[in-house]
Amino acid sequence: MLFYILKRILQVIPVFLGATLLIYFMVFAMPGDPIAALFGDKQPPDALLDQIRAEYLLDQPFIVQYLHYLGGIFRLDFGTTFGGQDVIDVLARTFPVTLRLAVEAVAMAFVLAIVIGALSAFFKNTWFDHTMLVVSLIFVAIPIFVVGFFAQYFIGVKLGWASPTVGENNGWLGLILPAITLAFSIYATSMRLTRSSTIETLGQDWVRTAYGKGLPRRRVIPVHVLRNSLIPMITDLGTQFGVLMVGATVTEAIFNIPGVGNTLYLAIIKHEAPTIVSFVTVFVVLYVIINLLIDLLYGLLDPRIRYVS
Amino acid sequence: MSRNDHFVAPVKGEELVIDRVAVDAKRSNLWLDAWRDMRRRPLFWIATVVALVIVVMAIVPQLFTNVSPTGGACQLLQSNEGAAPGHPLGFDKQGCDIWSRIAWGSRTSVTVGLLATIIGTVIGLVMGALAGFFGGWVDAVLSRIGDIFFTIPYIIAAIVVMTVVPKDERTVLVLAFAIGGFSWASVARIVRAEILRVKQADFVMASTALGLGRFRTLISHVLPNSVAPLIVVATLSLGNNIVAESVLSFLGVGLSGSISWGADISQAQSVIRTAPMSLIYPSLALTITVLAFIMLGEVLRDSLDPKARAQR
Repeated sequence: MLFYILKRILQVIPVFLGATLLIYFMVFAMPGDPIAALFGDKQPPDALLDQIRAEYLLDQPFIVQYLHYLGGIFRLDFGTTFGGQDVIDVLARTFPVTLRLAVEAVAMAFVLAIVIGALSAFFKNTWFDHTMLVVSLIFVAIPIFVVGFFAQYFIGVKLGWASPTVGENNGWLGLILPAITLAFSIYATSMRLTRSSTIETLGQDWVRTAYGKGLPRRRVIPVHVLRNSLIPMITDLGTQFGVLMVGATVTEAIFNIPGVGNTLYLAIIKHEAPTIVSFVTVFVVLYVIINLLIDLLYGLLDPRIRYVS
Repeated sequence: MSRNDHFVAPVKGEELVIDRVAVDAKRSNLWLDAWRDMRRRPLFWIATVVALVIVVMAIVPQLFTNVSPTGGACQLLQSNEGAAPGHPLGFDKQGCDIWSRIAWGSRTSVTVGLLATIIGTVIGLVMGALAGFFGGWVDAVLSRIGDIFFTIPYIIAAIVVMTVVPKDERTVLVLAFAIGGFSWASVARIVRAEILRVKQADFVMASTALGLGRFRTLISHVLPNSVAPLIVVATLSLGNNIVAESVLSFLGVGLSGSISWGADISQAQSVIRTAPMSLIYPSLALTITVLAFIMLGEVLRDSLDPKARAQR
């Protein structure tokens, strides 16, 4: 197990360096002068512009900027925004909101996905199964912003069950409507995964053995079937994390939620390169860490993984 | 009897049975079986017809509408008006015919989706095939590069690329590269796994034994046998890439100056209370298009997998 952990951690290092380098390179190639853009119509003297550029290391070559930035990440210093705030402070303010949104969405999506997915597996090839599969395909096909607008319009505006925009009211309750929207984007994949892995487990010898030795259904299904078929859901959470980040960006833009995604979107519109880099980096760092943790957990839960690799 | 002949004496009293090959049986291979399976499924026909209609619409939108989607045909006087003769879906905020904008907007969705899929699939195919077939350090390097691209969600990467590019240079090709250039990693993983599987087959060893070079073996024996999952992934990602285009247009970093469902939906957001139809119709068009391609991919996946076919 120790060898497996070490190996996984060593594998993460080049991915992390490569991903941050790639992001930094893309943003470095951005045209336009962000400092000049900051002042709008009233341009200050060049000396002042140069001074601010030097302050942000914008006059240094690419690799120096990148290394400086990389060093910052390891000290948890993600730089300052052009507004002058520390990125880490902005994160501290916005991250809890996004985390609440994501946890709420994942919880809703997963509970529904497990229930419907397991039921579809038990009633394989019945009208219930077919209907649920088609419904899940429709969910995959509807772009998240369409779901968001419709939720905002019908539930928020027409029915008035929830506030169409969130703003400062971003507690667990206030985030329900956006969380439902976000849940849409990950439900279908999880539901189909539950279905297929439950079908696979149902055909295993140990399930037949369990029935064979006379165990009742109410014991076989939770203990022998569900527990085994839910292991892939853990990996699913890791791969769905990317979908979740994009979804959070769109959802937060629609419902005006002061979270990480919305801040990223606003930074992109304003061409605030360091802010964009910081936020995309935070996304990527999180993605890498979460997937590493999930892989380790997976290795712990399923011994076959750590011995084969 | 020569020494090379191999003879097994039949057990006494037992009739000699020779395995018979049924000569008159139907010809069968992966693709024929898949086709026989697919053509019985209504979902396949519905999805195919819808996808074809949309592709034709993208090529010749004039077939579907004779109203111009822009310019003089848009009268502010008609802003947000309901359906009228010749204008089945009514008008949007700018007074443009909604049906006409849907017909012309299909072009953006389909071209960007198709190009991005081709780019992503080709990069993924090359990377995955090389990694899987050659193994060793080639595999290690290419797989790590794939991991890097896999770590950055492609829509987020495309947002960054599209903000980098000045507004007047955001062409179809740039957008397609922004989406396809970052979504190939999952294709590469699937191709690699498939190649690793096919590599074990006897006919690959036979090809090597016959003296074919490694590259020739890859091109003429391994790849053709690994193509089935690739086609499934490509069809599914066509749907996903159309969604990606609309999300980017919605966020305001899509193509500039072209008619796009995503942009129209985003525009209609401001009049959602007074004219919800101008939001609903393009959303419906987008959803139906994506649904058609995703269903097609699903049917292909089911039919091309003998195991899944047997399970049904």
